[in-house]
This record gives sequence, C-alpha cells and structure tokens, in this order.
Amino acid sequence: MKLPFKIRVRGLKKSFGNKVVLNGIDLDLHAGESFVVIGGSGTGKSVLIKCILGLIEPDAGSIKIDGQEIVGLSYTAQQKALDKFGMLFQGGALFDSMTVWENVAFALTHGHGMAPLEAKKIALEKLQAVNLDESSAFIYPAELSGGMQKRVALARAIAANPEVIFFDEPTTGLDPIVSGTINKLIIDSVRHLGASALTITHDISSLRQIADRVGLLCQGKLIWTGTVKEMDKTDNPYVVQFINGLPNGPFTTV
Amino acid sequence: MLNFLRTIGRVFITFLMNAGRLGVFFVTSVAHIFRPPFYWRQLGYQFLQIGYFSLPVVGLTAIFTGMVLALQSHTSFARFNAEGAVATVVVLSMTRELGPVLAGLMVAGRIGAAMAAEIGTMRVTEQIDALTTLSTNPIKYLVVPRLVAGVLMLPLLVIIADIIGVFGGYLVSIYKLGFNPANYLNQTSKYLELEDVTSGLIKAAVFGLIISLMGCYHGYQSGRGAAGVGRATTSAVVSASILILFMNYALTSLLFSK
Repeated sequence: MKLPFKIRVRGLKKSFGNKVVLNGIDLDLHAGESFVVIGGSGTGKSVLIKCILGLIEPDAGSIKIDGQEIVGLSYTAQQKALDKFGMLFQGGALFDSMTVWENVAFALTHGHGMAPLEAKKIALEKLQAVNLDESSAFIYPAELSGGMQKRVALARAIAANPEVIFFDEPTTGLDPIVSGTINKLIIDSVRHLGASALTITHDISSLRQIADRVGLLCQGKLIWTGTVKEMDKTDNPYVVQFINGLPNGPFTTV
Repeated sequence: MLNFLRTIGRVFITFLMNAGRLGVFFVTSVAHIFRPPFYWRQLGYQFLQIGYFSLPVVGLTAIFTGMVLALQSHTSFARFNAEGAVATVVVLSMTRELGPVLAGLMVAGRIGAAMAAEIGTMRVTEQIDALTTLSTNPIKYLVVPRLVAGVLMLPLLVIIADIIGVFGGYLVSIYKLGFNPANYLNQTSKYLELEDVTSGLIKAAVFGLIISLMGCYHGYQSGRGAAGVGRATTSAVVSASILILFMNYALTSLLFSK
C-alpha cells in the first residue's frame, strides 16, 4: 500500500554566510509513518526541521505539505498550512511565565481561540497521557525536573491533535529510563493520534524504538535512507560508523 | 588605506542593513496592531508594567528635577533680579522638556531593558519559535501589546511627572526660598499654555514608541546565549536613549517652529 506524502522536500538548500548547512535535501514523509533523521552534532538537523516549519527561510528548494508548496508563501499563508503541525523542542521551550497547564493549553487558547475552561480540561487530559498528574499542572515549568519538562513539552506539542509532529532530540540529556519513557510516549501519542512523526536524534537506541524509516544527514545531504532493518544490513560506511559509534571511518572526527 | 575604506564601507552597509531590518520590523508590527486576534490580557499586563510600575521611578525623578529647577533658577536669576520668574521657568521646563525627556530616559532604562532581556531570552530558549508552532504569531503576541502600551502609557506618565515636578518646585520655593504660595501658583498658571503641555505629551508618545520598538527589536534579533541577551539589552537602552534625545530636538524644532 502506498501512503500519500504528508511532506515532500526537494533540493532544500540553506547557508549561513559562507557556511553551507543544507546542500540539497530530498526527503519524503508519508502519512502515519515515523521518520528519523540521524547525523552528528552541527550537521544541520535542526535547521532542516526549522525550514519545514517556516521558522527559517531556505535559500533554494521546494517543500510541499499535502501537495501544497510552502516555500515563498507569506508568513500568514505558511502558518495556515502548518497549523496542524506540532513540535517538541530540544530544550522544551516551555513558557516560563506560565503554569504547566497554561503551557499545554496554549495552542488551544491562543492559537485557536478556545475558552480557557474547556482548554484546561483538555490540557489535564494530555498531561495524564504523558503520565503527569494534576498536582504538577498548577506549578511553573522551572519547578519541574528535566524529564518532567520534556513530558510537559510533549503534552503541549500534541495538545491540538497535530497531524505531523516534529521531535528535536527528544531524549538528549535524559537518563536511560526517562529516555525509554519518552520514547514510549512518542510511539503511543503518534499511534494514538494517527500522526506522522519526523524526529532528529543521535540516540541510536531511541531510534530503534521509534523509527519506521531512517535517514542519515551528512555534509548537508541525506546520504542514506532506509528502514531500520535495512540500516542494520547496509554496508554503507557512514551508516556503519554512525550506528556503531566507531572512532575510525569516513566521518572526520572533530 | 584600502583597509580603512573597507572598514568604513562595511560599517555603512551594516548600518543600512540594520535600518532596513528595523523598518520592516516596525511596519510589520504596526500592520498587526489592527488585525485580529488581539491579546487583551497581554496588553493589560503591559499597561501595568509600563504605566503603573514605572510610577515610583518617574515620580522620584520628577520631584527632584522640579526641586533643583527652582533652586537653580532662583540662584541664577537673582543675579539680574528676576527671581519672580522661578515658577514660570519650573512649569515650562517641566512640561515642554524635562518631563518627557527624563521620563523617557528613565523608562528606557527600566522597560526597554526588561523587554529586550525578556524577548531575547525567549528567542535564545526557542520560546519564540515555539509560539509559531503553537499557531500564535510572536509579533502579535509579544511585540504589538508592548508597542501599544508604550505609546499610550508614556503620555500618562508624563502628565503625572509634570504635576509632581511642579509640586517639587513649589515645595522648594515656598519652604526654602520663601515665596508666597498664592503668588507662586498664580505665576505657575499665568504663562502656561495648553500647547506647552500637549507638545510634551506628543513627545512622550513618540518616546514610548521608541522605547518599546527598540526593546522588542533588539530582543527579537538577540544573538545566542547569555552574552547575546546582554548585548541586546545594552543595544536596546543605548539606542532608545540616543533616539529619544535626537527626536526630542527634532520634535521641538517641529512643534515650536512658528
């Protein structure tokens, strides 16, 4: 069965000054699939996501969402096309001036004009979905541990029932048990919502739990894509070095 | 020599780029003032922050300024027997010049810095990007309420500063310099015209815009990390202060050109 494309990226390029970060990315995200982009630190994984989300303007290339080209659209038109997208930021990016439930309900109350009481009910449900009880709903994000903040950020990302969710290094800086919980929550929430997911990470054990397909980002290009099974069988030297964490190989160590 | 020219060129181009960016930022923000959704709670909060919580600072500045004006003009005017003009000098200086400028500079330090630091931190911790992904336009949510509140609150602050400043001059004149209270008040209102006050309020509105715009713009463009936020804060206060002094001269020559 061939699923329709949710996101189709072609020839995406972005440079900052003289530094070429993305040099012709081609990427397809099908409806309902979980695609994971791996790559070393500073290879432009975050830039890729931010280009798709309209937060950074690409220099060249095409990004189609449900068949609609979004590169070159006005901010308002672009954000309308991206309305059904959710994002989990690396650092959480929770609003520190608001309580936890207000953070989770933000897209509903501010983005979609829902009444606060109704939004609060949904926020509490979403918090429960990420295993946080009501006692943490009324305190401020700064009072939570890192793992709890990540879970609140996850609840916020899924609060408006997005069709596509982006995860920017969801398990970085968390202990293995919390990472495992986050991975499970990602799988559950994506399956539960029937959403597509695009994750960037360099955590291979996390990748094995959440990925349907994998792409390796290197020197501004996705140099290899395939399923997790194919990843284990491939003899592509970059992939072999990356997933096994070998010190010697085609990646130059920095 | 070539290097020198190159540096001048680079500085000039950077200046033009920044001016262009600021212009686009300003026009975009103004366009969003009139388009829904409106974030009334944010606006109310900024009214409180800029208007209400600046009262102590502005009030203290105004009272000491009024007091020292009375003292200075009394001692200098005594040299040519014009002590009677003290009340007039105090009220005209406060309403036309010192009320708006000093309130503007104090609020630039208090509010401009806070805006740049807050928005800069939100930029650095990706909270501004998060706003966008949560279907909320950060310009509408963060910048518009601050701009509107700045333009509306500064004139109110300046009215209060004018009154407190005149009161400060009154205190010194009556209790230290031995003026007659009734005469002093009479002198205060005698030469004061509506134009003196309104010109000060127009200035205040412009200064309010400058403060909010600089605070938001520099915060929004903030560089990475704590150092980036620090630079943004410094730039916001310095550029707002200089623009206030510059616009003060420009507006004075415009408003009193006839």
